[in-house]
Amino acid sequence: MSQQAVNGVPCRGKVLTVENMNPNVKRVEYAVRGPIVQRAVQIEKELREGVKKPFTEVIKANIGDAQAMGQRPITFFRQVLALCSYPELLEDNKFPEDAKQRARRILDACGGHSIGAYSASQGIECIRQDVACYIERRDGGIPSNPDNIYLSTGASDAIVTILKLLVCGEGRDRTGVMISIPQYPLYSAALADLAAVQINYYLDEDNCWSLNVAELKRALNEAKQHCKPRVLCIINPGNPTGQVQSRQCIEDVIRFAKEEHLFLMADEVYQDNVYAEGCKFHSFKKVLFEMGPEYSSTVEMASFHSTSKCYMGECGFRGGYMEVINMDPEVKAQLTKLVSVRLCPPVPGQALLDLVVNPPQPDEPSYTSFMKERTAVLAALAEKARLTEEIFNTVPGITCNPVQGAMYTFPRITLPPKAIDKAKAEGKVPDMFYCMKLLEEEGICLVPGSGFGQKDGTFHFRFASLVMLILQKYSHSLNFSPFCLITTNFSAFHGFFFLFFCFTS
Amino acid sequence: MFATVGERAVRGVTVQHLNMWWFTYSSGLRKSYREVIDVSWGDPHRAGVKPLSFVRQVLAACLYSELMDGDKLMVDVKQRAQRLLGTCAGGSVGSYCATAGIPQTLQSVSQYIMRRDGGVPCHPENIYISPGSQWALTNILKVLVNSEASPRTGVLIPVPCHSTTIISLTTLGAVAVPYYLREERGWALEMEELQRALDSAKGVCNPVALYMINPGNPAGYVQSRKSIQEVIRFAAEKKLFLLADEVFQDCVYGKESEFVSYKRALAEIGAPLSDSVELASFHTASKGLMGECGLRTGYVELVNLDPAVMKHINNLFSTNSCPILGQIALDVMVNPPQPGDPSYPLYLKVRHFYLPASLAQNVRRVEEVINSFPDFSCQPLEGGAFAFPRLFLPPKAIERAKEAGLQPDTFYCLRLLEEAGVLFSPGTEYGQKEGTYHIRFCIMTPSDTMEEILRRLSAFHEQFMKEFS
Repeated sequence: MSQQAVNGVPCRGKVLTVENMNPNVKRVEYAVRGPIVQRAVQIEKELREGVKKPFTEVIKANIGDAQAMGQRPITFFRQVLALCSYPELLEDNKFPEDAKQRARRILDACGGHSIGAYSASQGIECIRQDVACYIERRDGGIPSNPDNIYLSTGASDAIVTILKLLVCGEGRDRTGVMISIPQYPLYSAALADLAAVQINYYLDEDNCWSLNVAELKRALNEAKQHCKPRVLCIINPGNPTGQVQSRQCIEDVIRFAKEEHLFLMADEVYQDNVYAEGCKFHSFKKVLFEMGPEYSSTVEMASFHSTSKCYMGECGFRGGYMEVINMDPEVKAQLTKLVSVRLCPPVPGQALLDLVVNPPQPDEPSYTSFMKERTAVLAALAEKARLTEEIFNTVPGITCNPVQGAMYTFPRITLPPKAIDKAKAEGKVPDMFYCMKLLEEEGICLVPGSGFGQKDGTFHFRFASLVMLILQKYSHSLNFSPFCLITTNFSAFHGFFFLFFCFTS
Repeated sequence: MFATVGERAVRGVTVQHLNMWWFTYSSGLRKSYREVIDVSWGDPHRAGVKPLSFVRQVLAACLYSELMDGDKLMVDVKQRAQRLLGTCAGGSVGSYCATAGIPQTLQSVSQYIMRRDGGVPCHPENIYISPGSQWALTNILKVLVNSEASPRTGVLIPVPCHSTTIISLTTLGAVAVPYYLREERGWALEMEELQRALDSAKGVCNPVALYMINPGNPAGYVQSRKSIQEVIRFAAEKKLFLLADEVFQDCVYGKESEFVSYKRALAEIGAPLSDSVELASFHTASKGLMGECGLRTGYVELVNLDPAVMKHINNLFSTNSCPILGQIALDVMVNPPQPGDPSYPLYLKVRHFYLPASLAQNVRRVEEVINSFPDFSCQPLEGGAFAFPRLFLPPKAIERAKEAGLQPDTFYCLRLLEEAGVLFSPGTEYGQKEGTYHIRFCIMTPSDTMEEILRRLSAFHEQFMKEFS
């Protein structure tokens, strides 16, 4: 175990090498935690060691992590979870009765009354029942069967599981999976890992990142020549683009999926994060059933939700679920077996999900404070989204579409041709080159648009608008508003970048 | 030998029949017992063992920091919670952590490993914390198994082996190459058998890895240092990647037994092997006397891997991180209360006296009771969480089982469930030598629960054997 082996001195005679390892794994990339973030972590380390930089702290705007940015957790949720972790607290009269009642109910459903026991692989039954009830209420009474609910380790786990189930075939029969460009890179990573064929359909940047069925058709027809398209993935509200699909659009997509015999995957983790006037979240399931039995009894679909986003922001719990609709019973049996390999999803995450779908009701003691907190969080997120969009649109060379929902902005940047050349000369993708420079010079960590996919010749970055929460913190000590801070730093950087690459030879 | 994913399930027929049992019970049929004792999982909490107070108090304080203001919690609990919250982004257990885990937790784990291994260096950048050790194992297998290769990738696995690993392997498109442990010699691993298994792979698959479970699951053996070093040399010679599943390393109770980690044994062999043999060792917060299975936290330590491969492994782990609460529990596991801490006396009492004494008592009683039957035998239990005794079933029982379309040990377990209200799992789920039958049950239960299990089992077993004699 020499230090050499750790520090990268080439080792001869390895059993496992880059040449003989699984080639699919080599294609896996996940930009949200990719090279730029790794560099950011290194810079943070250097700062701690006292290395002088033009900034004192790295602003990590790469990830949608609300609580890392100072968003407070919902008190009620944390009370119940504390009671579940240490049930002796049930004797403590500092905890409200509604919290205790929920904790008792959850513990009764756990093996040995402990959140430390394994649960059934599909998730604790009464929690799945609660999730089904929540879905029914959300969707105006359309029934939801708890047997179709699978709790998971974050929505990501469920998404990967479904893809595993759907990807098969060889050569020209290999499963093709349609995904939006830009997309959340979990999808491209999973598709690479599974050696599925990724079929890109482009969202329309000039029309607020809208989805066009004509574009879906184009992508599908082209793909049919080299693979077997079987799956269509939609992220609504979108990540990184934030668009909220209209009801009409969702109907069109469902119609398209039925005509082309595609399995629909509806990633709806940002369903509470809708800000823009006139925008509303419509669940795919609700729309499907409102289109009548011709669709609702035939279109196969899975929808995904999670405890990481919305107003909860509890990313660290890895709570989530999927609801599968119209799945072939034999395939469902295989799905049930597949999830058993994970043993079970984290029980605290399951408990948290139960609270999300079963929050305090108007007649309960915690209701008022719960609603106050929830409203405040969602309002703050909406405000940050608006502010971020406004700020970026003031910087020359950067344009930002209205942020209708989710937690990010995905502005487009115009890069001078010389910058693009320099990037290529260094073997870097141009927007990665830009973002790396921004990181090194201003200490702002973003994810380049190339990590999400974009139309050829265009460049973007994703900026988690949540970051405004943390900049609020700075503004008190520096007498700057976040607006100024970002505009100043960003404008300065962007302006200089532009000038540098316009006028250097 | 091993059926495809399509035919095997982790919990198989037995769980379906559990559901059928509930249906029967609730429709009013009389039974001789009031509730089912489920010891088919390696899950101490489910079996009635209480969680350790210190870890749960720390979790509660981390979740709801108002608790730190009161006087309900001891000073060391508050200090630990504060320190651990300080390691979380935004001071909250609700944030994401870095890809490999919370850096300070990785540090704590690496120090624990160094202490465990008598000072053998351990570098935090070689450790990945994941939602359970099986998650980490699946990721490492993904890198090793090239499903497009011809011949297919093979992995040597022990018989018996716990079923989750087998399913992971087959789902990834690998071939499981079984090597049989020698039951009569306390489930010893014989090198000739490893060689035979390797030879059997010729023309069938390309074996790249050797998977070992120590201490065992389902069989309760603890491998000797000598055996481990023989295996390491074998792996080096045959160019096999070593996968050491060591999740029960804190569960060793055999009087002559000692847990030696594969890493330590490798270091003790010295160069050049210690610098070259590639090893992945797995541990968890789920097993041991803490038993926090539901928190889903485990880790892998990677030794002597090619740095270029490590980059790709990092990408694989980056797409889903480990729950923060589980990492908090892991930190407590590797850094328990120390003498002088206010929580130490209770921790000492439970973790180092009560739980081990209870377990030792269970081991003694299980061996005593099972071995008292002529047609039931149990190898000495040295470590792990289970007993895996062998059943010598009469031909009539085997016949009846076949008529019902069941494996004989599955048939026995179903009857045990229906008539005695005790849920074990059949040896069929783990693999066993042709013509032999076994059952597995968790022995990490409160002592009085174990007495009740043994009482019901004895009564049932006598009856069953009489019926089919």
